[in-house]
Amino acid sequence: MSARAPGYTPDEIMTVTAARQLRNGAVCFVGIGLPSAACNLARLTHAPDLVLIYESGTVGTKPKVLPLSIGDGELAETATAVVPLPEIFAHYLQRGRVDVGFLGAAQIDRYGNLNSTVIGDYAHPRVRLPGGGGAPEIAGFAREVLIIMKQTPRSFVPRLDFRTSCGYLSGAGERRARGCPGAGPRAVITDFGVLRPSARSEELELVALYPGVSAAAARAATGWPLAVAERLEMLPAPQAAELETLRQLEERTREAQARPIRIALPAAR
Amino acid sequence: MQLLPLKDAIAAHVRDGASVALEGFTHLIPFAAGHEIIRQGRRDLHLIRMTPDLIYDQLIGMGCASHLTFSWGGNPGVGSLHRLRDAVEHDWPRPLALTEYTHAELALAYQAGASGMSCGLMRHHADTDLDLLTVAHRRTLPCPFTGQQLTAVAAVRPDVTILHAQQIDAEGNVLIRGIVGAAREAALAAERVLVTVEERVARLAADMNALVLPAWLITAASVVPGGAYPSYAQGYYARDNRFYLAWDEIARERAAFSEWMARHVLAAADHAALLRTLGVAA
Repeated sequence: MSARAPGYTPDEIMTVTAARQLRNGAVCFVGIGLPSAACNLARLTHAPDLVLIYESGTVGTKPKVLPLSIGDGELAETATAVVPLPEIFAHYLQRGRVDVGFLGAAQIDRYGNLNSTVIGDYAHPRVRLPGGGGAPEIAGFAREVLIIMKQTPRSFVPRLDFRTSCGYLSGAGERRARGCPGAGPRAVITDFGVLRPSARSEELELVALYPGVSAAAARAATGWPLAVAERLEMLPAPQAAELETLRQLEERTREAQARPIRIALPAAR
Repeated sequence: MQLLPLKDAIAAHVRDGASVALEGFTHLIPFAAGHEIIRQGRRDLHLIRMTPDLIYDQLIGMGCASHLTFSWGGNPGVGSLHRLRDAVEHDWPRPLALTEYTHAELALAYQAGASGMSCGLMRHHADTDLDLLTVAHRRTLPCPFTGQQLTAVAAVRPDVTILHAQQIDAEGNVLIRGIVGAAREAALAAERVLVTVEERVARLAADMNALVLPAWLITAASVVPGGAYPSYAQGYYARDNRFYLAWDEIARERAAFSEWMARHVLAAADHAALLRTLGVAA
Protein backbone atom coordinates (compact mmCIF):
# COMPACT_ATOMS: atom_id res chain seq x y z
CA MET A 1 0.00 0.00 0.00
CA SER A 2 1.20 3.52 -0.68
CA ALA A 3 2.03 5.82 2.20
CA ARG A 4 -0.79 8.20 1.22
CA ALA A 5 -4.23 7.00 2.30
CA PRO A 6 -6.33 6.57 -0.86
CA GLY A 7 -9.69 7.73 0.58
CA TYR A 8 -11.26 4.26 0.53
CA THR A 9 -10.59 0.99 2.35
CA PRO A 10 -9.48 -2.31 0.75
CA ASP A 11 -12.93 -3.71 1.58
CA GLU A 12 -14.61 -0.81 -0.19
CA ILE A 13 -12.69 -1.08 -3.45
CA MET A 14 -13.22 -4.86 -3.39
CA THR A 15 -17.00 -4.42 -3.00
CA VAL A 16 -17.17 -1.69 -5.65
CA THR A 17 -15.11 -3.74 -8.10
CA ALA A 18 -17.30 -6.79 -7.48
CA ALA A 19 -20.46 -4.72 -8.02
CA ARG A 20 -19.12 -3.52 -11.39
CA GLN A 21 -18.96 -7.14 -12.61
CA LEU A 22 -22.78 -7.33 -12.59
CA ARG A 23 -24.67 -6.21 -15.68
CA ASN A 24 -28.03 -4.49 -15.44
CA GLY A 25 -30.95 -6.90 -15.91
CA ALA A 26 -29.03 -10.03 -14.94
CA VAL A 27 -30.63 -12.60 -12.62
CA CYS A 28 -28.25 -13.10 -9.71
CA PHE A 29 -28.31 -15.75 -6.95
CA VAL A 30 -26.73 -14.02 -3.95
CA GLY A 31 -24.58 -15.50 -1.18
CA ILE A 32 -24.54 -13.79 2.21
CA GLY A 33 -21.83 -11.35 3.38
CA LEU A 34 -19.53 -9.73 0.82
CA PRO A 35 -21.58 -10.99 -2.19
CA SER A 36 -24.75 -9.47 -0.72
CA ALA A 37 -23.11 -6.06 -0.23
CA ALA A 38 -21.71 -6.08 -3.79
CA CYS A 39 -25.01 -7.15 -5.39
CA ASN A 40 -27.03 -4.48 -3.57
CA LEU A 41 -24.45 -1.81 -4.36
CA ALA A 42 -24.75 -2.75 -8.06
CA ARG A 43 -28.55 -2.54 -7.83
CA LEU A 44 -28.35 0.90 -6.19
CA THR A 45 -25.85 2.27 -8.76
CA HIS A 46 -25.43 1.10 -12.37
CA ALA A 47 -27.77 -1.94 -12.36
CA PRO A 48 -31.23 -0.91 -11.07
CA ASP A 49 -32.89 -3.83 -12.89
CA LEU A 50 -30.61 -6.49 -11.42
CA VAL A 51 -32.85 -9.34 -10.18
CA LEU A 52 -31.57 -10.56 -6.82
CA ILE A 53 -32.51 -14.03 -5.57
CA TYR A 54 -31.59 -15.24 -2.09
CA GLU A 55 -31.78 -18.93 -1.22
CA SER A 56 -34.55 -18.22 1.31
CA GLY A 57 -36.88 -18.06 -1.70
CA THR A 58 -37.00 -14.28 -2.02
CA VAL A 59 -37.10 -13.40 -5.72
CA GLY A 60 -36.44 -9.89 -7.08
CA THR A 61 -35.77 -8.50 -3.64
CA LYS A 62 -34.74 -4.83 -3.13
CA PRO A 63 -33.62 -4.51 0.50
CA LYS A 64 -33.06 -1.00 1.84
CA VAL A 65 -30.59 -2.37 4.41
CA LEU A 66 -28.19 -5.30 4.06
CA PRO A 67 -29.64 -8.44 5.62
CA LEU A 68 -27.55 -10.18 8.30
CA SER A 69 -28.94 -13.58 7.26
CA ILE A 70 -30.17 -14.78 3.88
CA GLY A 71 -33.69 -14.79 5.32
CA ASP A 72 -34.22 -11.45 7.10
CA GLY A 73 -37.77 -10.07 6.94
CA GLU A 74 -36.49 -7.12 4.89
CA LEU A 75 -35.81 -9.52 1.99
CA ALA A 76 -39.35 -10.92 2.05
CA GLU A 77 -41.03 -7.52 2.44
CA THR A 78 -39.24 -6.03 -0.59
CA ALA A 79 -39.44 -9.11 -2.87
CA THR A 80 -41.47 -9.58 -6.04
CA ALA A 81 -42.28 -13.10 -4.87
CA VAL A 82 -41.47 -15.32 -1.91
CA VAL A 83 -41.42 -18.98 -2.95
CA PRO A 84 -40.87 -22.24 -1.02
CA LEU A 85 -37.30 -23.43 -0.82
CA PRO A 86 -37.63 -26.56 -3.00
CA GLU A 87 -38.97 -24.27 -5.72
CA ILE A 88 -36.13 -21.74 -5.64
CA PHE A 89 -33.59 -24.52 -6.15
CA ALA A 90 -35.57 -26.59 -8.68
CA HIS A 91 -37.62 -24.11 -10.74
CA TYR A 92 -35.19 -21.19 -10.72
CA LEU A 93 -31.64 -22.50 -10.24
CA GLN A 94 -31.72 -26.06 -11.61
CA ARG A 95 -33.96 -25.04 -14.52
CA GLY A 96 -31.22 -22.63 -15.67
CA ARG A 97 -32.92 -19.32 -14.89
CA VAL A 98 -29.98 -17.84 -12.96
CA ASP A 99 -27.37 -15.86 -14.92
CA VAL A 100 -24.86 -15.27 -12.15
CA GLY A 101 -24.15 -17.06 -8.89
CA PHE A 102 -22.20 -14.91 -6.43
CA LEU A 103 -20.24 -16.86 -3.81
CA GLY A 104 -17.62 -16.63 -1.09
CA ALA A 105 -15.82 -19.51 0.66
CA ALA A 106 -13.14 -20.38 3.21
CA GLN A 107 -10.70 -21.85 0.67
CA ILE A 108 -10.21 -21.63 -3.10
CA ASP A 109 -7.72 -23.43 -5.32
CA ARG A 110 -6.12 -22.40 -8.62
CA TYR A 111 -9.06 -23.78 -10.63
CA GLY A 112 -11.69 -21.89 -8.66
CA ASN A 113 -12.94 -24.93 -6.73
CA LEU A 114 -14.27 -23.92 -3.30
CA ASN A 115 -14.20 -25.36 0.22
CA SER A 116 -16.75 -24.34 2.84
CA THR A 117 -16.99 -27.71 4.64
CA VAL A 118 -13.93 -28.52 6.80
CA ILE A 119 -10.30 -27.61 7.45
CA GLY A 120 -8.43 -30.85 8.03
CA ASP A 121 -9.85 -34.34 7.67
CA TYR A 122 -13.65 -34.67 7.26
CA ALA A 123 -14.08 -37.25 10.04
CA HIS A 124 -11.79 -35.40 12.49
CA PRO A 125 -11.71 -31.81 11.31
CA ARG A 126 -9.45 -29.17 12.78
CA VAL A 127 -12.15 -26.62 11.94
CA ARG A 128 -15.71 -27.60 11.14
CA LEU A 129 -17.01 -24.94 8.71
CA PRO A 130 -20.75 -24.38 8.08
CA GLY A 131 -20.90 -26.63 4.98
CA GLY A 132 -22.26 -26.40 1.48
CA GLY A 133 -25.71 -24.86 1.95
CA GLY A 134 -26.79 -23.61 -1.45
CA ALA A 135 -23.27 -23.17 -2.82
CA PRO A 136 -22.68 -26.55 -4.56
CA GLU A 137 -25.81 -26.14 -6.71
CA ILE A 138 -25.23 -22.44 -7.31
CA ALA A 139 -21.68 -23.24 -8.48
CA GLY A 140 -23.02 -26.02 -10.71
CA PHE A 141 -26.17 -24.54 -12.23
CA ALA A 142 -25.69 -20.75 -12.48
CA ARG A 143 -24.71 -19.78 -16.05
CA GLU A 144 -21.56 -18.27 -14.58
CA VAL A 145 -20.10 -17.67 -11.14
CA LEU A 146 -18.45 -14.70 -9.47
CA ILE A 147 -16.38 -15.29 -6.34
CA ILE A 148 -15.40 -12.67 -3.79
CA MET A 149 -12.77 -13.55 -1.18
CA LYS A 150 -9.96 -11.89 0.72
CA GLN A 151 -6.65 -13.16 -0.60
CA THR A 152 -4.36 -14.85 1.97
CA PRO A 153 -2.09 -17.90 1.76
CA ARG A 154 -4.50 -19.66 4.15
CA SER A 155 -7.52 -19.13 1.91
CA PHE A 156 -5.87 -19.34 -1.54
CA VAL A 157 -4.44 -22.83 -1.18
CA PRO A 158 -2.56 -25.26 -3.43
CA ARG A 159 -4.90 -28.08 -2.37
CA LEU A 160 -8.36 -27.82 -0.84
CA ASP A 161 -9.03 -29.79 2.34
CA PHE A 162 -12.48 -30.55 0.89
CA ARG A 163 -14.05 -29.71 -2.46
CA THR A 164 -17.53 -28.44 -1.60
CA SER A 165 -18.35 -26.56 -4.81
CA CYS A 166 -17.00 -27.03 -8.32
CA GLY A 167 -14.92 -24.54 -10.19
CA TYR A 168 -13.02 -25.99 -13.16
CA LEU A 169 -12.12 -29.24 -11.30
CA SER A 170 -8.60 -29.99 -12.63
CA GLY A 171 -8.87 -27.45 -15.44
CA ALA A 172 -8.34 -27.83 -19.21
CA GLY A 173 -12.01 -28.50 -19.92
CA GLU A 174 -12.68 -31.14 -17.24
CA ARG A 175 -15.74 -29.30 -15.92
CA ARG A 176 -17.33 -29.14 -19.37
CA ALA A 177 -16.40 -32.74 -20.15
CA ARG A 178 -18.18 -33.92 -17.01
CA GLY A 179 -21.39 -32.27 -18.12
CA CYS A 180 -21.57 -29.57 -15.47
CA PRO A 181 -24.45 -27.30 -16.62
CA GLY A 182 -22.99 -23.84 -15.80
CA ALA A 183 -19.83 -22.36 -17.34
CA GLY A 184 -17.97 -21.93 -14.03
CA PRO A 185 -16.20 -19.00 -12.34
CA ARG A 186 -15.84 -15.91 -14.56
CA ALA A 187 -13.85 -13.87 -12.03
CA VAL A 188 -12.50 -13.93 -8.50
CA ILE A 189 -12.55 -10.50 -6.88
CA THR A 190 -10.08 -10.12 -3.99
CA ASP A 191 -8.69 -7.29 -1.85
CA PHE A 192 -5.73 -7.09 -4.28
CA GLY A 193 -7.51 -7.16 -7.64
CA VAL A 194 -9.21 -9.57 -10.02
CA LEU A 195 -8.29 -13.12 -11.11
CA ARG A 196 -9.81 -14.77 -14.18
CA PRO A 197 -9.47 -18.29 -15.63
CA SER A 198 -6.97 -18.42 -18.48
CA ALA A 199 -8.46 -19.62 -21.75
CA ARG A 200 -6.96 -23.10 -22.17
CA SER A 201 -5.77 -24.34 -18.79
CA GLU A 202 -8.63 -22.64 -16.89
CA GLU A 203 -6.13 -21.85 -14.14
CA LEU A 204 -6.82 -18.57 -12.35
CA GLU A 205 -4.58 -15.75 -13.46
CA LEU A 206 -4.12 -12.31 -11.93
CA VAL A 207 -5.44 -9.93 -14.61
CA ALA A 208 -6.07 -6.65 -12.75
CA LEU A 209 -4.82 -4.78 -9.68
CA TYR A 210 -6.10 -1.92 -7.55
CA PRO A 211 -4.17 1.36 -7.54
CA GLY A 212 -1.08 1.14 -5.33
CA VAL A 213 -1.12 -2.69 -5.13
CA SER A 214 1.73 -4.73 -6.63
CA ALA A 215 1.61 -8.10 -8.38
CA ALA A 216 4.36 -9.26 -6.01
CA ALA A 217 2.12 -8.54 -3.01
CA ALA A 218 -0.77 -10.46 -4.62
CA ARG A 219 1.54 -13.39 -5.35
CA ALA A 220 2.79 -13.36 -1.74
CA ALA A 221 -0.83 -13.58 -0.55
CA THR A 222 -1.46 -16.72 -2.65
CA GLY A 223 -0.63 -20.25 -1.55
CA TRP A 224 0.33 -21.42 -5.06
CA PRO A 225 2.62 -19.75 -7.65
CA LEU A 226 -0.01 -17.34 -8.97
CA ALA A 227 0.11 -16.79 -12.74
CA VAL A 228 0.16 -13.13 -13.76
CA ALA A 229 -1.26 -11.91 -17.07
CA GLU A 230 1.20 -10.40 -19.52
CA ARG A 231 -0.78 -7.17 -19.65
CA LEU A 232 -1.99 -6.27 -16.15
CA GLU A 233 -4.96 -3.93 -16.02
CA MET A 234 -5.01 -1.14 -13.41
CA LEU A 235 -8.50 -1.03 -11.91
CA PRO A 236 -10.07 2.41 -11.40
CA ALA A 237 -10.57 3.72 -7.86
CA PRO A 238 -14.18 3.82 -6.62
CA GLN A 239 -16.14 6.85 -7.77
CA ALA A 240 -17.47 9.24 -5.15
CA ALA A 241 -21.07 8.23 -5.91
CA GLU A 242 -20.28 4.53 -5.47
CA LEU A 243 -18.53 5.14 -2.15
CA GLU A 244 -21.34 7.34 -0.90
CA THR A 245 -24.01 4.77 -1.83
CA LEU A 246 -22.05 1.95 -0.17
CA ARG A 247 -21.41 3.94 3.00
CA GLN A 248 -25.05 5.02 3.26
CA LEU A 249 -26.14 1.41 2.78
CA GLU A 250 -23.80 0.29 5.55
CA GLU A 251 -24.93 3.13 7.82
CA ARG A 252 -28.61 2.21 7.32
CA THR A 253 -27.69 -1.41 8.04
CA ARG A 254 -25.96 -0.48 11.31
CA GLU A 255 -28.95 1.59 12.42
CA ALA A 256 -31.39 -1.20 11.60
CA GLN A 257 -29.30 -3.79 13.46
CA ALA A 258 -29.09 -1.61 16.56
CA ARG A 259 -32.89 -1.32 16.82
CA PRO A 260 -34.11 -3.27 19.87
CA ILE A 261 -36.78 -5.92 19.36
CA ARG A 262 -39.88 -5.72 21.55
CA ILE A 263 -42.54 -8.41 21.63
CA ALA A 264 -45.98 -7.67 23.07
CA LEU A 265 -47.04 -10.50 25.35
CA PRO A 266 -50.56 -10.97 26.62
CA ALA A 267 -50.85 -10.01 30.31
CA ALA A 268 -49.78 -12.84 32.64
CA ARG A 269 -52.74 -14.76 33.96
CA MET B 1 -55.42 -31.53 16.37
CA GLN B 2 -55.10 -31.14 20.10
CA LEU B 3 -54.54 -27.71 21.62
CA LEU B 4 -52.04 -28.26 24.45
CA PRO B 5 -49.71 -26.24 26.64
CA LEU B 6 -46.25 -26.49 25.01
CA LYS B 7 -44.86 -28.35 28.02
CA ASP B 8 -47.47 -31.10 27.58
CA ALA B 9 -47.08 -31.26 23.79
CA ILE B 10 -43.32 -31.83 24.07
CA ALA B 11 -43.72 -34.32 26.94
CA ALA B 12 -46.27 -36.34 24.98
CA HIS B 13 -44.68 -36.32 21.52
CA VAL B 14 -40.90 -35.86 21.70
CA ARG B 15 -39.29 -39.00 23.10
CA ASP B 16 -35.63 -39.76 23.81
CA GLY B 17 -34.00 -41.17 20.67
CA ALA B 18 -36.58 -39.67 18.30
CA SER B 19 -35.73 -38.01 14.98
CA VAL B 20 -36.97 -34.45 15.27
CA ALA B 21 -37.02 -31.67 12.67
CA LEU B 22 -37.54 -28.14 13.97
CA GLU B 23 -37.93 -26.33 10.65
CA GLY B 24 -38.30 -22.73 9.53
CA PHE B 25 -35.68 -21.20 7.23
CA THR B 26 -34.19 -18.31 9.25
CA HIS B 27 -37.81 -17.20 9.73
CA LEU B 28 -40.28 -18.85 12.19
CA ILE B 29 -37.67 -21.00 13.91
CA PRO B 30 -39.44 -22.76 16.82
CA PHE B 31 -37.14 -21.54 19.60
CA ALA B 32 -39.73 -21.92 22.38
CA ALA B 33 -40.26 -25.59 21.48
CA GLY B 34 -36.50 -26.19 21.34
CA HIS B 35 -36.05 -24.62 24.77
CA GLU B 36 -38.81 -26.81 26.19
CA ILE B 37 -37.02 -29.91 24.81
CA ILE B 38 -33.88 -28.72 26.62
CA ARG B 39 -35.80 -28.10 29.88
CA GLN B 40 -37.27 -31.60 29.74
CA GLY B 41 -33.77 -33.05 29.30
CA ARG B 42 -34.34 -35.11 26.14
CA ARG B 43 -31.37 -37.26 25.09
CA ASP B 44 -30.10 -39.05 21.98
CA LEU B 45 -32.24 -37.04 19.59
CA HIS B 46 -31.53 -37.23 15.88
CA LEU B 47 -31.94 -33.55 15.03
CA ILE B 48 -32.81 -32.64 11.44
CA ARG B 49 -32.77 -29.09 10.10
CA MET B 50 -31.52 -27.37 6.95
CA THR B 51 -29.80 -24.62 8.93
CA PRO B 52 -29.16 -25.75 12.54
CA ASP B 53 -29.04 -22.07 13.65
CA LEU B 54 -28.76 -21.04 17.32
CA ILE B 55 -31.53 -23.36 18.52
CA TYR B 56 -29.58 -26.49 17.50
CA ASP B 57 -26.35 -24.96 18.82
CA GLN B 58 -28.20 -24.82 22.16
CA LEU B 59 -29.70 -28.33 21.93
CA ILE B 60 -26.32 -29.80 20.92
CA GLY B 61 -24.41 -27.87 23.60
CA MET B 62 -26.89 -29.06 26.24
CA GLY B 63 -26.28 -32.70 25.27
CA CYS B 64 -29.73 -33.44 23.80
CA ALA B 65 -28.52 -34.78 20.44
CA SER B 66 -26.38 -37.66 19.17
CA HIS B 67 -27.00 -37.18 15.44
CA LEU B 68 -27.45 -34.15 13.20
CA THR B 69 -28.81 -34.10 9.65
CA PHE B 70 -28.28 -30.68 8.08
CA SER B 71 -27.19 -28.67 5.05
CA TRP B 72 -25.63 -25.46 6.45
CA GLY B 73 -24.43 -25.17 10.04
CA GLY B 74 -23.37 -21.59 10.73
CA ASN B 75 -24.60 -18.47 12.51
CA PRO B 76 -25.95 -16.65 9.41
CA GLY B 77 -23.91 -13.56 8.59
CA VAL B 78 -21.92 -13.91 11.84
CA GLY B 79 -19.74 -17.03 11.65
CA SER B 80 -19.52 -20.39 13.38
CA LEU B 81 -21.94 -22.21 15.63
CA HIS B 82 -19.39 -22.78 18.39
CA ARG B 83 -21.31 -25.53 20.21
CA LEU B 84 -21.85 -27.47 16.97
CA ARG B 85 -18.15 -27.09 16.21
CA ASP B 86 -17.12 -28.21 19.71
CA ALA B 87 -19.30 -31.34 19.40
CA VAL B 88 -17.86 -32.24 15.98
CA GLU B 89 -14.26 -31.28 16.70
CA HIS B 90 -13.98 -32.41 20.37
CA ASP B 91 -17.02 -34.62 21.10
CA TRP B 92 -18.26 -32.09 23.72
CA PRO B 93 -20.51 -32.63 25.54
CA ARG B 94 -20.89 -35.87 23.56
CA PRO B 95 -20.09 -37.18 20.08
CA LEU B 96 -22.35 -36.00 17.27
CA ALA B 97 -22.79 -38.07 14.11
CA LEU B 98 -23.36 -35.97 10.98
CA THR B 99 -25.46 -36.60 7.90
CA GLU B 100 -24.74 -33.79 5.49
CA TYR B 101 -26.73 -32.60 2.49
CA THR B 102 -26.80 -29.47 0.37
CA HIS B 103 -29.86 -27.21 0.67
CA ALA B 104 -31.34 -28.39 -2.61
CA GLU B 105 -30.84 -32.02 -1.58
CA LEU B 106 -32.35 -31.75 1.88
CA ALA B 107 -35.34 -29.81 0.53
CA LEU B 108 -35.76 -32.60 -2.02
CA ALA B 109 -35.36 -35.26 0.69
CA TYR B 110 -38.22 -33.69 2.68
CA GLN B 111 -40.30 -33.44 -0.50
CA ALA B 112 -39.71 -37.14 -1.16
CA GLY B 113 -40.67 -37.96 2.42
CA ALA B 114 -43.79 -35.84 2.11
CA SER B 115 -44.72 -37.60 -1.15
CA GLY B 116 -44.32 -41.16 0.08
CA MET B 117 -41.29 -41.67 -2.18
CA SER B 118 -38.11 -43.50 -1.15
CA CYS B 119 -36.01 -40.84 -2.86
CA GLY B 120 -36.12 -37.61 -4.83
CA LEU B 121 -34.35 -36.88 -8.11
CA MET B 122 -32.40 -33.89 -9.30
CA ARG B 123 -30.00 -33.09 -12.13
CA HIS B 124 -26.44 -34.09 -11.35
CA HIS B 125 -24.55 -30.80 -11.38
CA ALA B 126 -20.99 -31.35 -10.32
CA ASP B 127 -18.41 -33.69 -8.93
CA THR B 128 -17.53 -32.73 -5.38
CA ASP B 129 -16.15 -34.47 -2.32
CA LEU B 130 -19.74 -34.70 -1.07
CA ASP B 131 -20.09 -37.55 -3.61
CA LEU B 132 -17.55 -39.59 -1.65
CA LEU B 133 -18.86 -39.14 1.88
CA THR B 134 -22.61 -39.29 1.36
CA VAL B 135 -23.08 -42.54 -0.58
CA ALA B 136 -25.52 -43.80 2.08
CA HIS B 137 -28.13 -41.20 1.15
CA ARG B 138 -27.05 -39.75 -2.20
CA ARG B 139 -26.20 -41.63 -5.44
CA THR B 140 -25.97 -40.82 -9.11
CA LEU B 141 -27.82 -42.83 -11.74
CA PRO B 142 -28.71 -42.41 -15.41
CA CYS B 143 -32.16 -41.12 -16.39
CA PRO B 144 -34.15 -44.08 -17.82
CA PHE B 145 -35.44 -41.84 -20.65
CA THR B 146 -32.48 -39.74 -21.72
CA GLY B 147 -29.42 -41.27 -20.08
CA GLN B 148 -28.66 -37.90 -18.46
CA GLN B 149 -26.87 -38.19 -15.08
CA LEU B 150 -29.24 -37.69 -12.14
CA THR B 151 -28.68 -37.53 -8.39
CA ALA B 152 -31.03 -39.53 -6.19
CA VAL B 153 -31.41 -38.32 -2.62
CA ALA B 154 -32.91 -40.65 0.00
CA ALA B 155 -36.16 -39.43 1.59
CA VAL B 156 -36.12 -37.88 5.05
CA ARG B 157 -39.05 -38.80 7.31
CA PRO B 158 -38.76 -37.31 10.80
CA ASP B 159 -40.64 -38.93 13.70
CA VAL B 160 -41.71 -35.42 14.67
CA THR B 161 -41.60 -32.11 12.80
CA ILE B 162 -42.06 -28.96 14.87
CA LEU B 163 -42.98 -25.63 13.25
CA HIS B 164 -43.73 -22.14 14.47
CA ALA B 165 -46.49 -20.28 12.61
CA GLN B 166 -48.43 -17.03 12.78
CA GLN B 167 -52.01 -18.13 13.36
CA ILE B 168 -54.30 -20.99 14.26
CA ASP B 169 -58.06 -20.72 13.78
CA ALA B 170 -60.93 -22.06 15.87
CA GLU B 171 -60.84 -25.38 13.99
CA GLY B 172 -57.09 -25.77 14.38
CA ASN B 173 -55.96 -24.90 10.83
CA VAL B 174 -52.56 -23.20 10.78
CA LEU B 175 -51.32 -20.30 8.60
CA ILE B 176 -47.65 -19.75 7.73
CA ARG B 177 -46.69 -16.63 5.78
CA GLY B 178 -43.45 -14.98 4.70
CA ILE B 179 -40.29 -17.00 4.06
CA VAL B 180 -41.53 -20.59 4.34
CA GLY B 181 -38.36 -22.53 3.55
CA ALA B 182 -39.13 -26.24 3.46
CA ALA B 183 -41.49 -26.09 6.46
CA ARG B 184 -44.48 -27.55 4.61
CA GLU B 185 -42.44 -30.41 3.14
CA ALA B 186 -40.84 -31.19 6.52
CA ALA B 187 -44.27 -31.26 8.18
CA LEU B 188 -45.84 -33.49 5.56
CA ALA B 189 -42.85 -35.86 5.69
CA ALA B 190 -43.20 -36.45 9.44
CA GLU B 191 -45.12 -39.02 11.50
CA ARG B 192 -46.32 -36.30 13.89
CA VAL B 193 -46.52 -32.54 13.54
CA LEU B 194 -46.33 -30.13 16.45
CA VAL B 195 -46.97 -26.44 15.92
CA THR B 196 -46.52 -23.37 18.06
CA VAL B 197 -48.35 -20.22 16.95
CA GLU B 198 -48.30 -16.51 17.70
CA GLU B 199 -52.06 -16.27 18.19
CA ARG B 200 -55.40 -17.98 17.99
CA VAL B 201 -57.91 -16.22 15.73
CA ALA B 202 -61.49 -16.81 14.66
CA ARG B 203 -60.52 -16.75 10.97
CA LEU B 204 -57.04 -17.00 9.36
CA ALA B 205 -55.79 -13.95 7.43
CA ALA B 206 -55.17 -16.30 4.50
CA ASP B 207 -55.56 -15.60 0.79
CA MET B 208 -56.70 -18.49 -1.38
CA ASN B 209 -53.23 -19.86 -2.17
CA ALA B 210 -51.71 -19.17 1.23
CA LEU B 211 -49.75 -21.87 3.01
CA VAL B 212 -52.32 -23.38 5.36
CA LEU B 213 -51.82 -26.69 7.14
CA PRO B 214 -55.24 -28.28 7.74
CA ALA B 215 -56.04 -29.16 11.35
CA TRP B 216 -56.23 -32.89 10.62
CA LEU B 217 -52.52 -32.95 9.59
CA ILE B 218 -51.47 -31.52 12.94
CA THR B 219 -50.92 -33.66 16.02
CA ALA B 220 -50.83 -30.88 18.60
CA ALA B 221 -50.63 -27.09 18.70
CA SER B 222 -49.68 -24.60 21.38
CA VAL B 223 -50.19 -20.85 21.51
CA VAL B 224 -46.77 -19.32 22.30
CA PRO B 225 -46.48 -15.59 21.53
CA GLY B 226 -42.90 -14.69 20.62
CA GLY B 227 -42.20 -18.42 20.15
CA ALA B 228 -39.74 -17.81 17.32
CA TYR B 229 -37.62 -15.23 19.15
CA PRO B 230 -34.69 -14.45 18.45
CA SER B 231 -35.77 -15.59 14.98
CA TYR B 232 -38.87 -13.76 13.81
CA ALA B 233 -42.51 -13.96 12.81
CA GLN B 234 -43.40 -11.84 9.77
CA GLY B 235 -46.12 -9.40 10.73
CA TYR B 236 -45.44 -9.80 14.48
CA TYR B 237 -41.78 -9.01 15.29
CA ALA B 238 -38.44 -8.75 13.48
CA ARG B 239 -35.37 -10.97 13.73
CA ASP B 240 -33.18 -9.89 16.64
CA ASN B 241 -29.95 -9.54 14.70
CA ARG B 242 -28.31 -8.08 17.82
CA PHE B 243 -28.93 -11.35 19.64
CA TYR B 244 -27.47 -13.37 16.74
CA LEU B 245 -24.35 -11.16 16.89
CA ALA B 246 -24.16 -11.49 20.70
CA TRP B 247 -24.53 -15.30 20.54
CA ASP B 248 -21.08 -15.55 18.97
CA GLU B 249 -19.56 -14.45 22.29
CA ILE B 250 -22.06 -16.25 24.57
CA ALA B 251 -21.48 -19.63 22.92
CA ARG B 252 -17.73 -19.39 22.28
CA GLU B 253 -16.64 -20.95 25.61
CA ARG B 254 -18.24 -23.95 27.31
CA ALA B 255 -18.54 -22.38 30.78
CA ALA B 256 -20.11 -19.13 29.59
CA PHE B 257 -22.52 -21.04 27.37
CA SER B 258 -23.59 -23.43 30.16
CA GLU B 259 -24.04 -20.56 32.58
CA TRP B 260 -26.15 -18.57 30.08
CA MET B 261 -28.36 -21.58 29.36
CA ALA B 262 -28.83 -22.32 33.08
CA ARG B 263 -29.66 -18.72 33.90
CA HIS B 264 -31.94 -18.00 30.96
CA VAL B 265 -33.42 -21.20 29.56
CA LEU B 266 -33.38 -23.70 32.44
CA ALA B 267 -34.38 -21.15 35.10
CA ALA B 268 -37.31 -19.81 33.07
CA ALA B 269 -40.61 -21.61 33.64
CA ASP B 270 -41.70 -20.95 30.07
CA HIS B 271 -41.02 -18.85 26.99
CA ALA B 272 -42.79 -15.76 28.30
CA ALA B 273 -40.56 -15.83 31.40
CA LEU B 274 -37.48 -16.15 29.14
CA LEU B 275 -38.58 -13.15 27.05
CA ARG B 276 -39.05 -11.14 30.25
CA THR B 277 -35.58 -11.97 31.60
CA LEU B 278 -34.06 -11.02 28.24
CA GLY B 279 -35.84 -7.67 28.37
CA VAL B 280 -37.66 -8.37 25.11
CA ALA B 281 -41.22 -8.56 26.44
CA ALA B 282 -43.14 -5.34 26.07
